[in-house]
Amino acid sequence: MPTENPEEKLLATNVQVIDPGPASVLAPGHTYDSVTDKIAGTVFLKWKNTPKGWIIGALISFAIVNVLLYAVSVLFLKGVGIWGINIPIGWGFAIINFVWWIGIGHAGTLISAILFLLKQDWRTSINRFAEAMTLFAVACAAMFPILHLGRPWLFYWLMPYPSSMWLWPQPRSPLEWDVFAVSTYGTVSLVFWYVGLIPDLATMRDSAPKLWMQRMYGVLALGWRGSIKHWHRYNKAYLLLAGLSTPLVLSVHTIVSFDFAISVIPGWHTTIFPPYFVAGAIYSGFAMVLTLIIPLRSWYKMQDIITMRHIEASAKVMLGTGLIVAYGYTQEAFFAWYSGDPYESFMYWNRMTGPYGFTYLLLILCNIAIPQALWSGKVRRNVPLVWCISIVVNIGMWLERFVIVVVSLTRDFLPSQWGTYIPTGWDIATYVGTLGFFVMCMFLFVRLLPAISIFEEREVVHHGGHGHVEPAYEP
Amino acid sequence: MNHDVALNELAAVHGAMAEFNTPEEILAAAERAYAAGYRQMDAYTPFAVEGLAETIGFKKNYVALAVLIGGICGVTGGYSLLYWITVIAYPHNVGARPLHSWPSYIPITFECMILLSALTALVSMLAMNGLPKPYHPVFNVPEFDRASKDKFFLCIESSDPKFRTEEALEFLREVGGSEVMLVPA
Repeated sequence: MPTENPEEKLLATNVQVIDPGPASVLAPGHTYDSVTDKIAGTVFLKWKNTPKGWIIGALISFAIVNVLLYAVSVLFLKGVGIWGINIPIGWGFAIINFVWWIGIGHAGTLISAILFLLKQDWRTSINRFAEAMTLFAVACAAMFPILHLGRPWLFYWLMPYPSSMWLWPQPRSPLEWDVFAVSTYGTVSLVFWYVGLIPDLATMRDSAPKLWMQRMYGVLALGWRGSIKHWHRYNKAYLLLAGLSTPLVLSVHTIVSFDFAISVIPGWHTTIFPPYFVAGAIYSGFAMVLTLIIPLRSWYKMQDIITMRHIEASAKVMLGTGLIVAYGYTQEAFFAWYSGDPYESFMYWNRMTGPYGFTYLLLILCNIAIPQALWSGKVRRNVPLVWCISIVVNIGMWLERFVIVVVSLTRDFLPSQWGTYIPTGWDIATYVGTLGFFVMCMFLFVRLLPAISIFEEREVVHHGGHGHVEPAYEP
Repeated sequence: MNHDVALNELAAVHGAMAEFNTPEEILAAAERAYAAGYRQMDAYTPFAVEGLAETIGFKKNYVALAVLIGGICGVTGGYSLLYWITVIAYPHNVGARPLHSWPSYIPITFECMILLSALTALVSMLAMNGLPKPYHPVFNVPEFDRASKDKFFLCIESSDPKFRTEEALEFLREVGGSEVMLVPA
């Protein structure tokens, strides 16, 4: 039963949109009321007031989704022969993109679960957004192995079920582990995200300006009324979900790396893969968080809630995980030499100087050289520069997967097994299409649901002592 | 006000409710209400106020226990499934490895544990909270919209043996409720 229109209140919020700098997670002057109005207000914004960046971005991404639909339709009609894969390079773009997308999802879980357990204050403004990013990235990732199946309509054969053929999947295979890891990861991410949303959906229900919106959010809020007894169980459930997601996120990319490490191909059969895949996943995930959040915070004038503190902290995590990845590369190279295995050392030499050598050089440039600029505080606080570095890291991490998947397969043990891989237009269309799908989902998410956790922002207000202080100035 | 008392006797009121502006105020009020002997109480807050649940006498919840049980079911269920597939339903000799090859069962067993625990966390939290519940008497109070925004509500329920409508309302006024209202059932 709203008496005032939240969207007008958004524009008239007493709190100035100022970035309080790297020391603070929230601009001064915010109250319980003002954070609620500000975050809910972006959802209740009238269509004509929607930021231009949103409209243009959503239209472009929708156009790209159609490219995906077209590419997938052709794939279904003609089969995986339209892609560049061949024998011996059976894993082309599909598996590169699968690993890349899953990795991007990991930052969402890291932010919402691990930083929650570590009680990091800068987690709050970006956790909801990062969790949504996880969900959509996992959706993109899950498409690829299924499209790669050849007969994707039989994907349910991957699940153990009592079929009339009395055949069962092989649970000793890492590919079957992947099925369980990725489906569990998708489900648990959805549960975690939804549990986090319930109190905010109640807020949306209570402040929605129109009856149909009240009903829509009301159904999703499940009748949440903020009873302290409910909060008590809620907090316990949320804490446990965070505790469960933490080993889950580590296990998922570990299992993804087992797809490679358990095999015998030179360049894949190495024990450093699990930790270095997990670090790489978090690296690319934080890069994607920054890529998305920097434009959105400026379109929606959210600099007072997503502050320099969030950007700088994310940049630092990116730098740290980037160094772990660099350590992984060094160890790979070292062991290729130190093992004395001619196949391993040839593999590494070929990786650096072979026909795909330029991808390795670009990878080192993007993943190791350029991100070192983040050591400088000036760079970390230069928002456009951080955005550019985040794009570079995204590209670098994609190249890393290209180098691992494709370059290793082109040079197997016997020269008679050597081959070449050139992606086709359909490979690229499918990949770009999932990018469009991902971005469109993110756009719809920020339009329809509170992209920042409102109730946790209220806790930030409470702990910051701004709870019952009047706004900084009266208009 | 005999009218209200009559309503109370017919259980037509859900309770007496007071509105507070800050977490500190509601904590102090809840403490006094508990000391005054009220036991059937609930508080409605826009975020989890630390210590408030304990103050109104709600000390323990069983979500963690449920999740533990869910996790154990996940582990045993996952492992049994794999054992059944590889040893009983579809015994398949791969390079003379034993049929009961437990090390390769670990990843899937682990994922099953996480999946079942997480689903149990969601379902048990909702079930113990009695959600989804689209209707509740507190929604009848017009000011209650702000419980999901910036106000803190304490409600003494009519099911409390000590509850007398007038007394409860007076008590809530006394402990500093900025607004005091009756919640129709």
